[in-house]
Amino acid sequence: MTTTLRRSPLATTLLLLGAAYCLLPVLWVLIASSKSSAELFSTFTLAPSTHLFDNFADLAGYRDGLYWRWMGNTVVYAGIGAAVSTLISAMAGYALAKFDFPGKGTVFNVILAGVLVPGVILAIPQYLLLAKLGMTNTYWAVLLPSFISPYGIYLARIFAAAAVPTEILEASRIDGAGDWRTFGTVVLPMMRTGLVTVFLFQFVAIWNNFMLPYIMLGDDRLYPITVGLNGLLNQGANQPAMYTSVVTGALVSIIPLIALFLTLQRYWQVDLAAGGVKA
Amino acid sequence: MSLITTAAPSKPATPAAAARRRPAARRAGTPYAFLAPALILFAAFLAAPIVYAGYLSLRKVKVSGLGLGAKSRTEIWAGLDNYTRSLTDPDFLPSVGRVGAYGLIVVPTMLGLALLFALLLDANRTRETVGKFARISIFLPYAVPAVVASLLWGFLYLPRVSPINDTLEALGISAPNLLSNDLTLWAVANIAVWGGTGFNMIVIYTALRAVPTSLYESARIDGASEVAIAWRIKIPIVMPSLVMTFVFSLIATLQVFAEPMTLKPLANTISTTWTPLMKVYRDAFARNDLYAAAATSVIIALATFILSFGFLKLVGRRAFNQED
Repeated sequence: MTTTLRRSPLATTLLLLGAAYCLLPVLWVLIASSKSSAELFSTFTLAPSTHLFDNFADLAGYRDGLYWRWMGNTVVYAGIGAAVSTLISAMAGYALAKFDFPGKGTVFNVILAGVLVPGVILAIPQYLLLAKLGMTNTYWAVLLPSFISPYGIYLARIFAAAAVPTEILEASRIDGAGDWRTFGTVVLPMMRTGLVTVFLFQFVAIWNNFMLPYIMLGDDRLYPITVGLNGLLNQGANQPAMYTSVVTGALVSIIPLIALFLTLQRYWQVDLAAGGVKA
Repeated sequence: MSLITTAAPSKPATPAAAARRRPAARRAGTPYAFLAPALILFAAFLAAPIVYAGYLSLRKVKVSGLGLGAKSRTEIWAGLDNYTRSLTDPDFLPSVGRVGAYGLIVVPTMLGLALLFALLLDANRTRETVGKFARISIFLPYAVPAVVASLLWGFLYLPRVSPINDTLEALGISAPNLLSNDLTLWAVANIAVWGGTGFNMIVIYTALRAVPTSLYESARIDGASEVAIAWRIKIPIVMPSLVMTFVFSLIATLQVFAEPMTLKPLANTISTTWTPLMKVYRDAFARNDLYAAAATSVIIALATFILSFGFLKLVGRRAFNQED
């Protein structure tokens, strides 16, 4: 904005209050991770202590490093799930934006309806159907359902329509490139910025998902971090000493995503209604 | 934005050139090939489960004889029995009431705050560093999974941990227990507001940034206050974004599950049927009654559809820009 405006103390105060409210739990978990289990419930909430590294060691030693396995699993679920989902969305979005074919309108409307389907109706029948295939309690049970993202397809269609000029597709075709080569060497690079957004959306959705893995998995060695921490908290009800591990585990679990957010901020400027990305 | 792209390939100038650079043929099957993985997965993990849930909701198990042996239990059609059972279950209506109240607290508060912060950021009346710091801080909770958010707030609610209790007690005031019966709903709602405000703020803020400033420069020169500009010009322009954030928030609200499930070990006021989705989980996995669980999920899904489409109809908008 070019006009210089008067600074408003009220606007500053409100924004800083909002920031404080949002940072409070994060600040607390940082401080609480440094407390011993006795101090957690006795010393002043925001008074730090010196047990951070003991707590890390306890957490890392919990059942031979089970916690790190959960983190690894989460990276696998979110990383592979989001990557495959992005590729599938890109292909579908490209087809819907740049080709004309019978049934196109129907396909697009069905996918749009899919955006509004509440996950609740899916979780239990998905579990039963995968159980019939003997696939529950495996990595596939969490990965396969995360490969499809109607919202990702919707976004990819908008990005393909906006970022891929038809003339370039024609030129590539006249040069003798096949449809798949054109897609791989021309279309994907042009859609790159938009696809990062699709990837991030799906990555966060899978990383934060609780219900699907909670239903699908029985073996705690396959858990993602959300289900693992939920289990730890339940144990804490009987062994309060576990609470320090829960708190430290919560801190460690949010570091990777916060880092991802801070480094990839510009990809988060999404206009839901128009679907465009202002990078 | 154009949708249709097939044009006739330009003819090569000479036969020799045609042999060297023959345009790749455009086969009719190509778009279907690109769509195939999405359509197969859509059928397997969205369409089939919906059909299967509908089917299960109309079935029940008939036990013959003493119910011993594999053949004494057979699955038969149940008509609408499961729906009647779900709707008349004494735990169901209270859980619906709770989610209704929860939605009435969460959605307006969250979107109201998101809009307020977005407008404040857009009005550019603070130092740039303050704006940037606030924007990142308020967005940060989106990176925290609901389970972890509930865990953090859950501890902060515990009277022995809560800084609010410490402060109030130091002042000699007895602090309320946030996980008591009356306040649990607010405690859970706060977690959702905390987690969702930043994301919605970014969506609205992005829409505001796309508005050409010339639209309100003249109003400003005419002496209109920032509040009047926000109310008369900016909010109407970002209305489509507000509508969509409302619909997505509504869908998420009706499915609240992770927050109460995580708070449960810390708060004995949260029952196993505290929300409708928790009841679905209990019926399916603790009681092994898949039929009741399927019927309840169908009811929740239908309610979600009716509410979201009803709302879109009410405000006279289609769900998405189908014809862009």
